[in-house]
Order: sequence, then C-alpha cells, then structure tokens
Amino acid sequence: MKPAPFDYAAPNSIEEAVALLARHDGAARPIAGGQSLMSVLAFRLAAPALLVDLGRIPGLDAITIGADGVTLGARVRWRDIEKDGRLSGAHPLLAAAIAHVAHYQIRNRGTVGGSLAHADPAAEMPGIAVVCGAEITIVGARGERTVAAGEFFTGALATVLDTDELIVAVRLPPWPAGRRWGFEEFARRRGDFALAGIAAFYDTDAAGRARDVRIGVIGATNRPCRLPAAEAALEGRIVDDTAIAAAAAATRASVDPPDDLHAPAAYRRALAATLLERALARARR
Amino acid sequence: MTVRFDVNGRRAEVAVEPRTSLADCLRHHLGLTGTHLACEHGVCGACTVLVDGEAVRSCLMLAVQAEGRSVVTVEGLSNDAALSPLQAAFRRHHALQCGFCTPGMITTAHALLTEEPDADADRIREVLSGNLCRCTGYVGIVEAVLEARAAYRGHKADAAS
Repeated sequence: MKPAPFDYAAPNSIEEAVALLARHDGAARPIAGGQSLMSVLAFRLAAPALLVDLGRIPGLDAITIGADGVTLGARVRWRDIEKDGRLSGAHPLLAAAIAHVAHYQIRNRGTVGGSLAHADPAAEMPGIAVVCGAEITIVGARGERTVAAGEFFTGALATVLDTDELIVAVRLPPWPAGRRWGFEEFARRRGDFALAGIAAFYDTDAAGRARDVRIGVIGATNRPCRLPAAEAALEGRIVDDTAIAAAAAATRASVDPPDDLHAPAAYRRALAATLLERALARARR
Repeated sequence: MTVRFDVNGRRAEVAVEPRTSLADCLRHHLGLTGTHLACEHGVCGACTVLVDGEAVRSCLMLAVQAEGRSVVTVEGLSNDAALSPLQAAFRRHHALQCGFCTPGMITTAHALLTEEPDADADRIREVLSGNLCRCTGYVGIVEAVLEARAAYRGHKADAAS
C-alpha cells in the first residue's frame, strides 16, 4: 500500500524540529532512517499531516566512548555500530546484540533513536538499553530531560515520549573489563524480529560469585524488561548448572507472553528459558 | 516538491509528492523499471538500490530523502556491451528463474562484494537473507556471488594501484 498524503520538512536544527512538532500538536511525526515508520505509513497505521526529517540536523550521529560509558547519538545507524571497532571492547554486549538487528539493507539506514522511539517489544536496542540501565536524553518544547530506559517503555510500541519530543542520545553506563555476559535470541529467519531474546551479565567477586546480575528479555513480554526473579536466583552464587537451572525456572515463571500468529505462549516461555541457559553458558565460559 | 539527485551518474530533477517512495520515483517518474517492488514494506529486498554506495530498500526511503544523494539502480550496474561479472555468474549458475528478485540480488551482492570482496559463503547467506527468492532455493545465487568475488578483488587491486 501507499502512505496517505503528508507534508514534509527537513529542518537544520533540533530547535526547529521540535518547534514544528509542537506546532502540529500530535499531527506531525519525526522520521530519520524510516525503517520502522515507512512500513507503518504504508499500512496506514499512522497518517501524520507532516513528517519532520531529522536527516539534516548536525551532531546526532556520534558514537562517544568515555569514562561515563558509551553514548550513541539518535541517528547512529546499526551499520555505524557494526563498523566501529572500539565497541567490541567498550561494550561487547551492545556489539553482539546489534549484530542481530534486521537485514543488511535495513542496517544501512535504521537508527538507534528510531528503534527506541518505535519501541517494538522484540527489538534489540530497547532491550539492551533496559537491561544495562541506560539513560535516554530527550528534547522537547519545554527543554531537555533524561529518562531511565526502564521507565521509558510503557507497552508495545508505546513510550513516555510526548508528541513534541525527540530522542537525541542514549548513554549506556561503563562496561567493566572482565564482566561476564551472553546474548541469545531466536528468529525463524536471521534478521527477523526475535520470537524471544535474552541478555544476561554479571560481575564476579573474589570467590567467583556472581554480583550485580542483570537479566533482560525481549520478544516474550509486551515491552523489554528485566527479570528480577531470575536475577535473584543467581545473585551471590557461583554460576553452575544448578544456579542456571534455578534462573531458567524463574524465567519461565516470570514471562507471560500471549498466544499469537508466530508462536503459542508456552513455546515463547520455554524459548526464553532455553535462551537464558545458553546465554549463561556463554557468560561463564 | 522538487527533488534533485544523481541516478546512475546522471542528474535527475523530479517533482514528487512527499509520500512518494524512492522506488516509485525511480519506476514511475524516471522510467527505471529494473527496480522491482513486491512487498512494499521492507521484507522482500526486491527494490534494493545503492544510495551513496550503500544497499538500501528503496520502498523504505522517501524520494525527497534522496535529495543530493547518488543513487545507483540495477540499470547502472550493467552495460550493453557485455554481461557484468555478477550477471555472467548468475547466468552460469542458474541463479534466477522468474527473475523478479534478481535486481535486488544483484544490487545487494554488488554492494557486499565492493566492500567485502572476500566475503565467505556464510557472510553471503547472511547478507542475502534480506532478499527473498521464491524460485531457486538460493543455492545457485550463493554460488554465483561466490564466483563473482574474483572480479571484485581485481577491481579493488586496480583501484589501489
């Protein structure tokens, strides 16, 4: 299908873009790579009066690595992350997860900010932001604010973003050397949205026990979230087969996916637990 | 709106509605019907073109977003004198049957081999996973792209010397 008609503006600054969004009071939508929005428009799930293209705004495409972690500008593309050789050391979980995002052509245009704003429950970037405790910087008509990723997503395709607000960056906290981690997802075709995915990481104390355990899930819940019960099953313990089995059982009990076209609920629940086992097996190697 | 960009090395200036996709602009306004449209929502890869040398789905990009860019379609990857190395390899390996997906396969493979002329079979399969073919079963396509690598290694060496 073809999108319904809309007007188009390509402002040169964030201030101009925000002013355009504010003036249209919910009838305007921002577009960057368009890799989610274009199909939404084609299906006429949205019919905005105006598209505000962020493509000409300078300063949104930097990847900054520093003492406060990894900051990704909103217009950083999957390709940019893939090609940035620093990230496999500075944030290996991010690099591994982003390797699963979409297909070759989409990776050349799809952006970090677009994925966060679109908020697909199965998307990798929102999941990584939540499990890592990222901060999302947002600019709107009333100024700038920073929102914790855990509070940013409110449901499937739903966020706290107001209609006049834009994501400008997301910051992932520093990744200590020696942190144990694993990322596993399953999709029927590589690059398609995951039926489920798990990110798991922890640090280890002098006795080899897991500390600051984080476990996040995508695809099996209505928004990306952490699994506190599974984290608690590992916290302060040696990550051995028994501990992994306990965390997997907690995962099965924690997720409550609906039946849908792609998989029955029981399948997704079992898949999440299996992926957790695999992620932890990788983490403890 | 008026949008100006290069297509296959030529300057194009086109009046389009903002909602016009790059794919529809290429086909309907510029007559470049080698770019094929199937799903029109970013799943099948048939409409792949190169924008500033990178493979993109032209159904997921607005024509107005091509302003000032350089676009290459499958027409720009061929000439009347001889088959290109990818075209020749596709013919040799029976890498097409109905041919509908072929322009997307050729443009995607060209982008890949230009950047990664040593791509192995796994990498080629991974990249082509975004292009659906309902006839061949993909084996011939992968073999053709593997064979065409030699020509791209040559180009890279030429460019360097």
